[in-house]
Amino acid sequence: MSSALEINQLSKAFTGQAAVKRLSLSIKDGEIFGLLGPNGAGKSTTINMIAGVSRIDSGSVHIFGHDSVVDCQHARRLTGVMHQELTTDAFFTIDKALRMHPGFFGVRADAQWRELLVERLELQPHLHKPMNCLSGGMKRRFMLAKALIHKPRLLILDEPTAGVDVELRHTIWQFIREINRHDTTILLTTHYLEEAEQMCNRIAIMNHGELIALDSTTALLNQLDARQVRLLLCCAIDHLPPQLVQHHARLDDGGKTIILPLQSGETVCAVLELCRTLKLPICDVETCKPNLEEVFLHLTQPDRYPQRQACR
Amino acid sequence: MNRLRRSENCYHPWLPFISLLGKEVNRFCRVYTQTLITPVIIASLYLFVFGATLGNRISVVDGFSYAQFVIPGLILMGIINNSFSNTSTSLFMSRHLGNIVDLLVMPLSPLQIVVAYTLAAMLRGLVVGSAVCVISMFFATLPWFNPWAALSMAMLASFLFAQLGLIAGIFSDSFDGLAMYINFIILPLIFLGGVFYPISILPPFWRQLSQINPLFYLLDGFRHSLLGVGDLSLAHSFIFTGILCIILFSATVLLIRYSSRFRS
Repeated sequence: MSSALEINQLSKAFTGQAAVKRLSLSIKDGEIFGLLGPNGAGKSTTINMIAGVSRIDSGSVHIFGHDSVVDCQHARRLTGVMHQELTTDAFFTIDKALRMHPGFFGVRADAQWRELLVERLELQPHLHKPMNCLSGGMKRRFMLAKALIHKPRLLILDEPTAGVDVELRHTIWQFIREINRHDTTILLTTHYLEEAEQMCNRIAIMNHGELIALDSTTALLNQLDARQVRLLLCCAIDHLPPQLVQHHARLDDGGKTIILPLQSGETVCAVLELCRTLKLPICDVETCKPNLEEVFLHLTQPDRYPQRQACR
Repeated sequence: MNRLRRSENCYHPWLPFISLLGKEVNRFCRVYTQTLITPVIIASLYLFVFGATLGNRISVVDGFSYAQFVIPGLILMGIINNSFSNTSTSLFMSRHLGNIVDLLVMPLSPLQIVVAYTLAAMLRGLVVGSAVCVISMFFATLPWFNPWAALSMAMLASFLFAQLGLIAGIFSDSFDGLAMYINFIILPLIFLGGVFYPISILPPFWRQLSQINPLFYLLDGFRHSLLGVGDLSLAHSFIFTGILCIILFSATVLLIRYSSRFRS
């Protein structure tokens, strides 16, 4: 599979303060790639350098093989960006803006495509309003339509669902998935880690301008060896059998629940077999594994979040 | 679902430039009362004051009424003010509102950006200048000594002040900052450049000082083209203005290319 985006040793500093430090990563054509990190990690700076909003101090960015500096005109026409900041333009209605925008990227306006975006993003009732008269949610929809109007092959979404309600968030993600299924590579940043977990094929995590993790979502989730079993007992017990104490198990819920961390490679069946031999009155079993939020916190703040302590 | 499938789009390399130019022209046309009608009304008021009232009592150049003398200056003032305002306001507002990111991600070279903004500003300046010219016909008749030279000088003036507007738009960080360029640079240049009086009537010191004002060369050249008389030869005015245009145009392109105020 060819690369949609190739970033090599990318660096950027503002007034001597490094914002991005020698970042290298590659996004495959057709992928949904998540770029995560706490505030100030360098995600937006990276996206700005890819899109051409900021200059590159050192390193290179190639978009479908086109160097974003040397061959910026070809690189930019293949890229659509939905910026994080809600910007306004009081001069044009959103209909006019959507009609003008493809031309800015060197392609003729496609009326059918425009109508589809308007329909899917439910912009129809607001077409003849200037952008500064739209609500925050409508501005986000319009910005997504604007990013897609010239049919980019790489769509960059910088926190597309920041500050939007649940319904709109659902609409946006559903639409992005459909767009992705039809040959558009997606690079997104979001603070909703649950969504990143569901949406992204691969995830990179940045902290202090550096890449601290890059893997498939599944592999990242497996990084934390924090699988746990919750054994719900039919009646409370006073103390744990010594065999379970050796397993670092503990009692919870007034002695009605045993929480038992699974060792690497250990199966739930083995735990249940042990409990059967101990004649524990088990009436239900729950297994928990770490979510992306826990992996994220563990990677970005290892001192504060060394491992998960309990199922939530 | 198939409607989402991307068909290969044909890329037109000049379309981004043409689209940006169209957007800039559209922008000032959408607010025409502010960008076109107001400057024409202001110029008409000047024409009324100096053409129909005070002008009859003032004489500064032999063989011409004061109205005839002041009309070229008022036309050029309209051109200069509006060319400057178009580029400076557009760029500053984009930076201020944050929609400059839309410009930054376009596949355009710095040269194309400068030329697109400049052409739109020149169009607005020349539309206002032409309107003032038409209205001035009600107040005085000009000899039109060299109309092509007058048109060329008007184009050079609008070009020059479009560059200054872009520079002001890049360097202004607030509305106050932008107003400062207009109030402390553009207006003094206009009023001390000979719009309302010929430099030749000034005392020697002030006359020499006025010769470092680029507006003096523009105004004298434009007036010379329309009336046939001026303090300088037409060639002198054109050479000076032409050199200034090249310097400022180069400076603007370099600023757009390298300045962190435009692209961080």
